[in-house]
Amino acid sequence: MLKYDLVVIGGGPAGMAAALRARECGVQKIIILERAATLGGILEQCIHTGFGLHYFGEELSGPEYAYRFIEELKKTDIEVKVDTMVTDILSDNVVVATNNTDGILQIQATAIILAMGCRERPRGALDMPGSRAAGVMTAGTAQKYVNIDGYMPGKKIVILGSGDIGLIMARRMTLEGAKVEMVCELMPYSGGLTRNIVQCLDDLGIPLKLSCTVVKTHGLERLEGVTIANVDEYRRPIPGTEQYVECDTLLLSVGLIPENELTRMAGIEIDPITNGAIVDEYRQTSRPGIFACGNVLQVHDLVDYVTQESQIAGEGAAKYILSKKEANNADNTIRVKAESGVRYVVPQNINRSTDKDVKIYFRVADVYKDTSVVVTCGDEVIYKRKKRKLAPGEMENVAIKLDDIAKLSGNELTVKLEV
Amino acid sequence: MQYDVIVIGAGVIGTMITRELSKLDMKLVLVEKCGDVAMGSSKANSAIVHAGFDAENGSLKAKLNVQGASIMEYYCNKLAVPYKNIGSLVVAYSDEEMKTLEVLLDRGIKNGVPDMEIIGQEKLREMEPHISDEALGALWAPTAGIVSPYELTIAAAENAVMNGAEIRRNSGVNGIEYKDGMFSVSTETGVIEAKYVINCAGVFSDKVANMIGDTSFKIIPRKGEYYLLDKTECRLVNHVLFPCPSKMGKGILVTPTAHGNVLLGPTATDLDFDSKLNVETTASGLDEIKASVRKVIPQITTRNAITSFAGLRAHRVDGECDFIIEPSKANDRFINVAGIESPGLTAAPAIARYVGEMFKEMAPGYEKKVEFISTRPAPIKMAELSAEERAEIVKKDPRYGRIICRCEGITEGEIIDAIKAPCGARDIDAVKRRTRAGMGRCQGGFCGSKVLEILARELDIPMNEVTKYGNGSKILFDKTK
Repeated sequence: MLKYDLVVIGGGPAGMAAALRARECGVQKIIILERAATLGGILEQCIHTGFGLHYFGEELSGPEYAYRFIEELKKTDIEVKVDTMVTDILSDNVVVATNNTDGILQIQATAIILAMGCRERPRGALDMPGSRAAGVMTAGTAQKYVNIDGYMPGKKIVILGSGDIGLIMARRMTLEGAKVEMVCELMPYSGGLTRNIVQCLDDLGIPLKLSCTVVKTHGLERLEGVTIANVDEYRRPIPGTEQYVECDTLLLSVGLIPENELTRMAGIEIDPITNGAIVDEYRQTSRPGIFACGNVLQVHDLVDYVTQESQIAGEGAAKYILSKKEANNADNTIRVKAESGVRYVVPQNINRSTDKDVKIYFRVADVYKDTSVVVTCGDEVIYKRKKRKLAPGEMENVAIKLDDIAKLSGNELTVKLEV
Repeated sequence: MQYDVIVIGAGVIGTMITRELSKLDMKLVLVEKCGDVAMGSSKANSAIVHAGFDAENGSLKAKLNVQGASIMEYYCNKLAVPYKNIGSLVVAYSDEEMKTLEVLLDRGIKNGVPDMEIIGQEKLREMEPHISDEALGALWAPTAGIVSPYELTIAAAENAVMNGAEIRRNSGVNGIEYKDGMFSVSTETGVIEAKYVINCAGVFSDKVANMIGDTSFKIIPRKGEYYLLDKTECRLVNHVLFPCPSKMGKGILVTPTAHGNVLLGPTATDLDFDSKLNVETTASGLDEIKASVRKVIPQITTRNAITSFAGLRAHRVDGECDFIIEPSKANDRFINVAGIESPGLTAAPAIARYVGEMFKEMAPGYEKKVEFISTRPAPIKMAELSAEERAEIVKKDPRYGRIICRCEGITEGEIIDAIKAPCGARDIDAVKRRTRAGMGRCQGGFCGSKVLEILARELDIPMNEVTKYGNGSKILFDKTK
């Protein structure tokens, strides 16, 4: 059996940043296992710009952002195996993988970082009646066809869901000569970044229909049209508002699901809201020595934040490997909870004896204006700040100081909104 | 082209009959209007092997159902098709329904169904721990099971081809003429001739019979809608669970599938004659399923649905309800195999034997093939093998080490096998039915484009000629700017 100090599963932005930081922190033998043929993950097909504004202070395309990390990796002796799919994580942190040169690989790892990313919610997961014609696909699949394979998956397009990939594809398809009829969004607000709504829809005159969904697909072989309808406050279609829209393609941008099949197989505790692992401030999961970061942990808006989160996991893995740190003591754990208006928090646990300030990331459940973000421990207010606007599409964070953590009177922190 | 026999329709009935006839030394062709076999009812049904207590005593349906159930496992072993003998329970929720169970039991015994038993609440809860508290008892039929219907169809087609039968896909039949002991069948891919025709055209079998002037039966499509749930839900149900039957059929069931998913459905909606291609799901149909299954297993939700789909039953509306398996009154060299709705899948192997015997009586001159191969080699399924077995295979052919479908763990080697097989896959859905690539929870989100690439490469066609399921179902248009 092969032996490594650190096995990183996934060579996208999360895996690369985590591996590089672990190396900086002194971890010796590191390997990245990537299931695609190249490093970079989904960034490879994101040829638009907007990446790196926070992390590098410049506007890069997806492949450019990935390239910077790939180049950094080349300067190290971190090993990389591409076209390699991890199929199992056994007890004692043994990773099982398969590829076409080694056959079956078994690697004994001291620590593991999960960085498998996420996938798009498919049509089948929506209750969308109608025919099963070709031409209904996720926005990301269409993005691959256009940007990697060089083929147009349609000419007359309706997009369901105003997530960022949907918005980006509205612009991309338009630039390639397709007619994007509209973007329909079930919710009364968009789940995408404001800058994407402005640059990808408004600037091109593509209508965004809020509180609107597709209630039927038409066409026997290739899609011929969709019926859209307005929805009420319970997201149910309102009878009488149906409208037929002719199109040959329906792109879906209706949510991302962290790919936690391996995590579940490994018996790691999952947060039912994030659909990612429950982690501590170093992104360590409920299984000692196994860490998680990037979109497999929580779906991010910006790759810059993925990078930052993954560096935290890389540092955590390094501490674990180099000091053989014991598993967290439950008595020593402060639980972080989401309440009134806050949907979830990451990390869900903080070690009272932690050695750093801790940023708590969260998303809100609705659009809020002039609302305060408050963190409390029992009756004590640890943090309070007024926000002009909060929206589910934008991940927020609050920083809790090391000193404050050490002084906490209770074992529970609550993040909530106050009008 | 001249043949001895033309079989029309490559569903489970047409392919199983073709396989049976391929035991005889003759020229045999199966014609199919779609781009693949199993494209009608055979790919969208409940995938159940029924024990045989539903059909009326003394009917052909009853006889072939019970026979079919008893020989299904044998055929599935021969043809390497997923099958599990898990048994079925008809669940009763009232005293009146408990009485219905007695009727079913009695009918089953008369039909020759073995080992049935009415069980009480306690035993039922032991067998199905998640069943509703309202359930009072059930009819237990241990000979029932589950099977992969499209794989049975594909396997039968492959085995028939191995034994010399021809399969012509994309060859819908437009007309049939009969002159001097010879049928002349015009299809989308040309005219073919044969001495005998066997009509297995499913919902279209009345239309095909009409082509020789046989108007003795009428078929409408009776639509059934389904939900397929993620494998994570399989902990909730152990057996095939039926409600008590009604005049529209056996009701909405909850069952594991042969691959470990959970299937909910079907609804039953009669469509008109012109709707024989209508497999659209409907909001009302899907709602009906959701409401219905909650009464059976309260914990079941469609939140973990992988997909929903609809299929059509070939339902008779000429006053009769039995299977029609007989030479046509209009021409005794033309055998109708029609009105094969439930339990048609279960009965398929028995129907094939029955038609085989009927044909031998009708045309006694054909010799048995000495070299008939009765088994289809099992396809390699990497996800089902041990680490050692997988390593061994990858050493010989590295393409079995490259996973294309993440959700189901399907490799490039398996996809190429499906394309290169006899009657191999020509489109994305055909690859899915043969290998399960794209059958998992991401529904081809990641692997769809890779399967498309592999199909284009192996079939040596441009990527934008690859289709989802034949004909006009293309995925890609022109190249980008």
